[in-house]
Amino acid sequence: MVYSVVTRRRRCKEMFDMKIGTKKNMLTFGLVLAIYLVVQLLLNMGILDSYIEINMVIIGINIILAVSLNLITGFTGQFSLGHAAFMSIGAYTSGILTAKLGQPFIVGVIAAALTASMAGVIIGIPTLRLKGDYLAIATLGFGEIVRIIGLNNDYIGGAIGLNDIPQYTNWTWLYFSVVLTIFIISNFIKSYHGRACIAIREDEIAAEAMGVNTAYYKTLAFVIGAFFAGIAGALHANYFYFIKPDSFGFMKSIDILVIVVFGGLGSITGSVVGAVALSILSTLLQGIPELRMVIYAVVLFLIMVYRPQGLMGDRELKLFKKVGVVNGNASSK
Amino acid sequence: MEMLVVNNLHKSFGGVKAVTNINMKIEEGQIVGLIGPNGAGKTTFFNLLTGIYSPSSGEIVYRLKQEVSSCSFKPDKMVKYGVSRTFQNIRLFKEMTVLENVLIGYHNNFKYNLFTSLFRLPSYYKDEENAYEEVIQLLKRFNLYDKKDHLAKSLPYGEQRKVEICRALASKPKLLLLDEPAAGMNPQETKELTQLIKWIRDEYDLTIILIEHDMSLVMELCENIFVFNHGTLLAKGTPKEIQHDPRVIKAYLGGE
Amino acid sequence: MEQVIQQVVNGVSLGSIYALIALGYTMVYGIIKLINFAHGDIYMIGAYVGFALTTFFNFGFFPALIVSMLVTSILGIIIEKVAYKPLRNSTRIAALITAISVSMFLQYGLMYFVTPQTRTYPEVLPNVQLKLFGTNAVIDLKNIYILIVTLVLMVVLQYVIHRTKVGKAMRAVALDGDASQLMGIDINKTISYTFAIGSALAGAAGVLVGVYYNTINPLMGSVPGLKAFIAAVIGGIGIIPGAVFGGFFLGIVETGVSALGGSLYKDAVAFVILILVLLIKPNGLFGSNQKEKV
Repeated sequence: MVYSVVTRRRRCKEMFDMKIGTKKNMLTFGLVLAIYLVVQLLLNMGILDSYIEINMVIIGINIILAVSLNLITGFTGQFSLGHAAFMSIGAYTSGILTAKLGQPFIVGVIAAALTASMAGVIIGIPTLRLKGDYLAIATLGFGEIVRIIGLNNDYIGGAIGLNDIPQYTNWTWLYFSVVLTIFIISNFIKSYHGRACIAIREDEIAAEAMGVNTAYYKTLAFVIGAFFAGIAGALHANYFYFIKPDSFGFMKSIDILVIVVFGGLGSITGSVVGAVALSILSTLLQGIPELRMVIYAVVLFLIMVYRPQGLMGDRELKLFKKVGVVNGNASSK
Repeated sequence: MEMLVVNNLHKSFGGVKAVTNINMKIEEGQIVGLIGPNGAGKTTFFNLLTGIYSPSSGEIVYRLKQEVSSCSFKPDKMVKYGVSRTFQNIRLFKEMTVLENVLIGYHNNFKYNLFTSLFRLPSYYKDEENAYEEVIQLLKRFNLYDKKDHLAKSLPYGEQRKVEICRALASKPKLLLLDEPAAGMNPQETKELTQLIKWIRDEYDLTIILIEHDMSLVMELCENIFVFNHGTLLAKGTPKEIQHDPRVIKAYLGGE
Repeated sequence: MEQVIQQVVNGVSLGSIYALIALGYTMVYGIIKLINFAHGDIYMIGAYVGFALTTFFNFGFFPALIVSMLVTSILGIIIEKVAYKPLRNSTRIAALITAISVSMFLQYGLMYFVTPQTRTYPEVLPNVQLKLFGTNAVIDLKNIYILIVTLVLMVVLQYVIHRTKVGKAMRAVALDGDASQLMGIDINKTISYTFAIGSALAGAAGVLVGVYYNTINPLMGSVPGLKAFIAAVIGGIGIIPGAVFGGFFLGIVETGVSALGGSLYKDAVAFVILILVLLIKPNGLFGSNQKEKV
């Protein structure tokens, strides 16, 4: 490939423009900070009461779960029905460290993320050969095995669960965990690693032929997805005081999957919006538990028939439509 | 310089002998054709060359970017060794744009690591910019620049084939394997493709092996032809020799 | 020794249940490549229909069995027409999610109407204990009923599959749907028949469970359904003898593990076996190794 000197000089200049085209990044950063401060203020002033707070925590945790599952299932095409197991492992890790071993929250969160990631490796590697339905069932089985182990382990409380977990989760922890999740996973997607994952989803054999190490990326997607699910688990455990293995079963995994599908497999924005919408819907329907599930089921069915690509398909919402960051992706479809 | 040597290559699937006793030497810079009836083992041979299958016995040796033999072939490592390919049934990434498809071809040439991309360190931007430029250049050469943001699945068949070749080239190979590149093309498109392949070989300094049924393309392009039949090599030689070889005529070409 | 015989008998009974449910999974998967997540709930509905018939209408065992099978087979046909047919050309994920939604709909829909509390079957089979062949092993008459009903149903199934036109059509469509249509087979009817037969078998299993274990509840379909699916995978999903083998295998192994003291982990047994099978021979014990053509 021939590069002319003139072209090279122009490219350098544009590179510097791009650093300032992190003007877009700075605006985003500012907005993120602003939202944090405003809500924190409202909380301090008591304008946002505890009912709102609980819902925000639920929404925040669901966003993290949905975005992390989307990476595994939406972007990399690995149908995972065991995501709640990663959350469970994170929740119990943090719960045990903070409640039984008196550790500070930061230790709990990091340990939760790391143990969940290790679970991601444990599930990712053996299932490399599996696709579609078989992978779904294998991940389901894995999730059930984790749940059953939890039920039978008396140290962590068995079926009765783990109690008296200190409430460390607050707005700060929640918000920045959500921001971190979205930041990291978005960055992953918009890089050659992310594109490799999408290529694997589209055609694994062709991706391999083009030099993509499919084993590495498929496992990596599980690891990163599990990492953040673990954080979500820690946030959950250290907010709701109490956890038990049955809360992280197959139905929870389905709950998360519904959010991802509703928002759009392959759209991070979709997962965020979906998490918000469905968490609110779920809370509104709390009074009628069985009917809630029936309505959920009907909604899910209708989406699959009439709009299987979900709310956003695989598109993202562009906040600041400034031309700036060139990263090789098509800007919109 | 010989850059591909195949010694006594055999491949069986259970009891079925897909490929037997293949011996081949290919010089750098050649355009080589593999012809023969359907089911003769040509694509299986390609799959052996690209590590998708392992040989039952025999050996494949490449001397491209490094010397490497078939005992250690892994399909995703082939690009590193300098081998890239297209597929008989076009395998583009349907939901990705033309640009993104070709960027996947460039995958092995990216240098920044995971940490860099997760935290958007400066080398991420530099590397991406670089890649983008090179891929755009490639697309322009192939007259695909205008369609760079179109979804791959929305392109007409002939252009999809071009994108696939473009994608294979993005990995900067030294050997390019084309599996029936002219399949489904009309005579005009085939003519253009013939010119394109010739140009690619010269411009990018490649060796090219292609499987084809379109004899006009094969006879015009290939300096050397290998004829497959029932999994084994029936004949090899220049186009002229092959055209007049009675065994080839009987098995495949048909004649007067 | 008596213990062993006892456990084998229990295992065979449990295995019969799994096998009957597994057959439905495998037949449906064989024909439309769908894991019918709602299948376990059809089994549950079979149990409830049997319960209603025996409790409120004083049906005997066999009438309740037959009617329940009829009801569930019709239910299966309806579900296929309403929920699965529209998605026949969708992605596998979409079809799977739809199946999950049907499952949720059945479970919680029924729960809304009959409340989550467990119900108990009346005694429709004589409560007789038999001594086995001069040993001291005791088996319940119900075990024999289960085995006989299962065997009869399987013989009937074999007959249908191999000796009727419908069965031939089912086998053809499972092998190649498009070619079958070109040969004049009505694919919609064939798929409906498949669902009808599979669901009827699941319904029968539901009644048998009600009669044997006595209690039923709206969520009873989840775990056995999952395990029956695993049984089908063990034998090779889509392969009918495989489902039968897998069902009995799982039933006996699970009972064995429970008897050896691991009763807390008996549910995990199925999943561990599943993972092992998927890793070692994903196409199942009776399955072939099919690779994707490149």
